[in-house]
Amino acid sequence: MAESVRSAPRGRRRGGGPVTWPVHAVLVVAALVMVTPFAWQILTMFKTTPEASRVPPTVLPEEFSGHAFATFFGTVPFWSMFAVSAGALVLRVAGQLAVASLAGYAFARIPFPGREAVFGLFIAMLMVPSQLFLIGQYEIVRGLGMLDTLPALAIPGLFSAFGTFLMRQAFRTMPKDYEEAARLDGAGTFQVFWHVMLPMARPTLAALAVLTGLYSWNDLLWPLIVSPSGENRPLPVGLAGLQGQFGTDYPTLMAGAFVCSIPLVVVFLVLQRQFFAGIASSGLKG
Amino acid sequence: MTSTTTTPARRLGRRRAGVSEPGAGWALVFIAPAVIGLAALYLWPFLSTFVKSFQDVPAFGPATFVGAGNYTALLGDEEFWKAFGNSALYTAIILLGVPLAVVLAALVEQAGRGRAVYRVLFFLPVVTLPVAVGMVWRFIYNGDFGLLNTVLAWFGVHGQFWVADARFTIYAFGVVGIWMSLGINMIILGAGLQAVPKDLYEAASLDGAGRVRQFFHITVPLLTPSIFFVTILSVIGALQMFDLIFVMLRGVNNTALADSKTIVYLFYEKAFVQFDQGYGAAVAIVLLIVIMIATAVQFRLQRRWVFYG
Repeated sequence: MAESVRSAPRGRRRGGGPVTWPVHAVLVVAALVMVTPFAWQILTMFKTTPEASRVPPTVLPEEFSGHAFATFFGTVPFWSMFAVSAGALVLRVAGQLAVASLAGYAFARIPFPGREAVFGLFIAMLMVPSQLFLIGQYEIVRGLGMLDTLPALAIPGLFSAFGTFLMRQAFRTMPKDYEEAARLDGAGTFQVFWHVMLPMARPTLAALAVLTGLYSWNDLLWPLIVSPSGENRPLPVGLAGLQGQFGTDYPTLMAGAFVCSIPLVVVFLVLQRQFFAGIASSGLKG
Repeated sequence: MTSTTTTPARRLGRRRAGVSEPGAGWALVFIAPAVIGLAALYLWPFLSTFVKSFQDVPAFGPATFVGAGNYTALLGDEEFWKAFGNSALYTAIILLGVPLAVVLAALVEQAGRGRAVYRVLFFLPVVTLPVAVGMVWRFIYNGDFGLLNTVLAWFGVHGQFWVADARFTIYAFGVVGIWMSLGINMIILGAGLQAVPKDLYEAASLDGAGRVRQFFHITVPLLTPSIFFVTILSVIGALQMFDLIFVMLRGVNNTALADSKTIVYLFYEKAFVQFDQGYGAAVAIVLLIVIMIATAVQFRLQRRWVFYG
């Protein structure tokens, strides 16, 4: 006991030092529980369909079978669904970053009459759950004749009270010196915004991009509503359809779930720091 | 570092501020896209939902005002109260994930070099498609050959049909929900943990306080603002649960679905499957009221337990 107390402050130091083994023991067990569903999914997707529903189940596939992937890619237009998901994500992220950073800058730095009142309205909107907007948004998209189109997936997400709020907070904390110096050098308002302020806001832009992208990629309810015919379906809608089509063909379901999830997992592994910064700065607005 | 280059600029800037400050016209240009978009795609839909909640809106033809008709129908509807109860139960289960996240985040903070690996592993469910998560867990929960019942059988426990049997469905979803949100909660709490001054721990261990005592007397009190934030987010998120139900129940088992709907699933079904937009709008307004009350209650309660140092 005394040993662990004495070593505690050293173990807490980041990036090294001795760590007591109970910490790792608990974490390893917890991490195993966390990854078990994925491990089971991966093992199952290489089994044959009868083997996957055997009682009791086998742990390792008796022979590695690729039939699940063949069935999945043979029946589901994966690449077109992927293109729809990716296209909607890019559109939404690019649009939201542009719209939110412009407005966020004005709210932070350009005084105008009624600024606090308008911003207060944005804050109020932040607290309303997204379901309250769905009926009206659907009516608008339908009215524009845009059901089953790719832009329909991205349009409401181009505008975000949350994004505007996040960008305003970022611009507010920046020193005014740079702006003033640039203005003295003859830069116009937009030039100051584009060449001076926006580059300094890069970490917040990255965080907002990651949050928006994550939300766009994972969202099921909105795409479900605006793709009634099944054309231009993004991955979550297509995958949910697979469930109905192959209800008991578990290897195919697991393979489909794996293939559709892997792109974002890869992006996460590359951009870990931005993901963590995005979540830490704001939480995920679901 | 920057002071040598910027001090003269600042001095000059201040003198000329009146000349060079951007005017209100620029503000209009900058905020126009956001204001127009939010007014058209958020403010108007919100008002329209509010108005529709007082109307009978047939799929075709004009809407008629029915006063509070949708609300009285809803409050007398057993299906609504079941959905309300399911959402409340699911939210309560999700809240059990908060203390779990606090303990795990504190442990990960002490894991030295292993920290990065643990954070990635706990975060994987967050970046996995929720639909995929639902499919995998549906398979794990399978009553005949699911992994869970297989493991339980090793310990001599006879497993149940966790999803298909409506007695267990919401609990089964709650476990998945905790599993899915642990990574997010741990990252937010981890950021809070880094702000706890390290010398407090050193002082405490000099006074002979063990790690467990340090956790309860230093870490938890100083972390309460982050815990509060995570709690608020968890409740709001849990009250909006939809994806798991859609993936794990729809199509295959209709009796479990009838007993396990949440408020948001009911909203989806009314507004976009049965196209009864008036009733659906009323469900949405009730959801808003529930979330507002839940959040307000938490803000009131925070005075008793959140410590702003």
